[in-house]
Amino acid sequence: MRIKRRFGAVFAIVATAALVASGCSSGDSDDSGSKSDLYAGPVTLEWWHNGNQEGPLRTLWQKVADDFHNLHPTVTIKVTPIETNELQRNRLPAALLSGNPPDIFQAWGGGEMVEQVKSDYLMDITAATKNEVASMGPTSKIWSVDGKQYGLPFSFGIEGFWYNKDMFAKAGITAPPTTLDELNSAVTKLKAANATPIAVGAGDKWPAAHWWYNFAVRECKAETLANAGSKQQFTDPCFVKAGEDTKTFVGTTPFQPNFLATPGQEGATSSAGLLANGKAAMELMGHWNGGVMQTLTPDQKQPPFLGWFPFPKVSGGGGSQDTMMGGGDGFSCSKKAPKECVEFLKYIVSPDVQKAFAGTGSGIPTVKGAEAGLADPVLQTIAKATQSAGGTQLWLDTTFGAKAGTAMNDAIVAIFAGQGTPQGVVDALQKATAR
Amino acid sequence: MTTTEPGLAGRARARPARPGSADATRAARNRRKWFEIIGLSGPAAVVFTLFVLVPIGFAGYYSLYKWSGYGWPDEFIGLDNYFGPYGAFKDPIFLAGLRNNAFILVGSLLIQGPLAIAIALLLNRRFPGRAAFRMLVFVPYVLAEVTVGIMWQLLLQPDGGVDAFLTRLGLEQFITGWLANLEVVRWTMLFILTWKYTGFALILFLAGLSNIPDELNEAAAIDGASWWQTQRYVTLPLLGPTIRIWIFLSMIGSLQQFDVIWVASAPAVRSLGASNTMATYMVDHGFNQREWGYGNAVALILFVISFVAALIFQRFVLRRDIQGAQTRGVA
Repeated sequence: MRIKRRFGAVFAIVATAALVASGCSSGDSDDSGSKSDLYAGPVTLEWWHNGNQEGPLRTLWQKVADDFHNLHPTVTIKVTPIETNELQRNRLPAALLSGNPPDIFQAWGGGEMVEQVKSDYLMDITAATKNEVASMGPTSKIWSVDGKQYGLPFSFGIEGFWYNKDMFAKAGITAPPTTLDELNSAVTKLKAANATPIAVGAGDKWPAAHWWYNFAVRECKAETLANAGSKQQFTDPCFVKAGEDTKTFVGTTPFQPNFLATPGQEGATSSAGLLANGKAAMELMGHWNGGVMQTLTPDQKQPPFLGWFPFPKVSGGGGSQDTMMGGGDGFSCSKKAPKECVEFLKYIVSPDVQKAFAGTGSGIPTVKGAEAGLADPVLQTIAKATQSAGGTQLWLDTTFGAKAGTAMNDAIVAIFAGQGTPQGVVDALQKATAR
Repeated sequence: MTTTEPGLAGRARARPARPGSADATRAARNRRKWFEIIGLSGPAAVVFTLFVLVPIGFAGYYSLYKWSGYGWPDEFIGLDNYFGPYGAFKDPIFLAGLRNNAFILVGSLLIQGPLAIAIALLLNRRFPGRAAFRMLVFVPYVLAEVTVGIMWQLLLQPDGGVDAFLTRLGLEQFITGWLANLEVVRWTMLFILTWKYTGFALILFLAGLSNIPDELNEAAAIDGASWWQTQRYVTLPLLGPTIRIWIFLSMIGSLQQFDVIWVASAPAVRSLGASNTMATYMVDHGFNQREWGYGNAVALILFVISFVAALIFQRFVLRRDIQGAQTRGVA
């Protein structure tokens, strides 16, 4: 009985609470956004972010909140750090549904944002943030829907291979692979040198799925991917091709054994931990990986042997060979938030705060010039590659939204397990929206 | 509660009128009885309704919608979440979860029960260090589910404690991906659950054994019964009610299994149907895949299966215990 009560009740209690809360709030007309003057009266902003672990990022966000209050004493900011998955999957949807959401909160862009806009949860900040958007370039589009801006990213970076320079040298690999063929030969050489060529955290599903995403970018035209996101169209044969590439690559057994149970980021035996501790030679992972690896080594430092190279070109691929898969973090203001929220959002992406953010090593900043604050050489490499990329494609699971995204990841994992087929991923995508 | 109320009221009305004062005291006593009934059962009834019945009703209502959790459910799809082409009963991964639940249920009954009875009979004899031994067997049950899950996940990972132990014993050819091999992982889960919950069965059986009077054993001994015969013909039948209650609890626990598997088995392995249960499937889809309507449908299926299993078991198995037929088996 225990489990049923707990989860059945959680569903329903959240819903009941939401009912009660929305019943209460629908009547009041406390629309502080209608106040004509900024900073005219005292305002409290509720801020939810995902920097929940003790560390430089959490400290920075608290300082940013305090500094803004000192600049504008009428604005008090109440900061609540929440673990990412909990925030994204449970807390935020429930708060938005209840009609009593935080004023400013973490936003990842893509399909999730489209749904939030459809439900009229987010504030349109297009007019107020023209300068910031111009300074960020095309990255900011991920936080827009139908040409209107609904959020601003403070961090964005592309994905690539984090690799162990020492192991590469020992295996006789002189230069990082730039094509899939070179990657395959590097795998062969590393195996000959008795090393695990690539670590993958397939247990968490998404680290395995990212392989398919990258192949999809190489195989599919940009507009095909765009249509897939906006119109849920997955009929183009390039998607099957991406699955075949994945299947072929998995078939060369480049990964550590038992990868289906390997987590991506927790513990020394996670894929990041294997790389950080010299047990595997490379890992395909996002720009945050350095920060993750710091916590997984015995001395709590990022290992000095790390290098980075972008996802290689695929010969004969019909898609762009210099577009890179990537993602980032941003913030949105809720529809009901006071005007001061936008000012605070702009403050978060102001050059000084962005430089301070770069200094934390938590990711790559989005505003031009702020990357000067990056201390880590690997992050500097990624920042340069992010700027020089022919284009960037947001993580496909974020692009497609939680439903299609998760169904897709499950089907890709099945390919890794030797059970699924390339067509299976397309089928999963097509029927994902049915329930 | 509610069934006794009309009865009381009816009896009060049926009494012939009595002289004033006696009637007044009776009425007052009746009133008091009513206050007691409402006052004592009221809060419980309200809490039960609010936190059990109403949520079940909501779950049933939401399960009829296609709903992502954003905005209010407005896309009514009838019973499609259950029986539609993409409904739970057509999803091979949900059915795999159902099978895994059945596997855990049968496995628990077949392994934990005999094991716990054997240990209980053993521990029921006097020998030095008995208390310490009892405690040791019970320790796994005291540990929190999440702790157990993480502990075994660490022990069972490649080159972890279990693999090292097997290597020491010279059994390295048996080492496999305990948590990654899709054929093996459900056995791994059953092992962890057995390790954890045998202690619970044991403590129940020991309590049951302590209720069996020593005189019966003595009488059997005087009649010339061996220790084995005493256990077989005296102790086990008297332990019947306890065993049946344990089967009931174990059954419901197996159907609702969530925590240990959620923690110990990777999301990828669960989503392939190798280790998932109905409950982990419900959370994976309801929350993580944002299929709130569908998640509610799965929750309701889980509820109905558990409820029906509980009813059947109570009707046909537990009833004789409730009616006090405890000693019938001894004759």
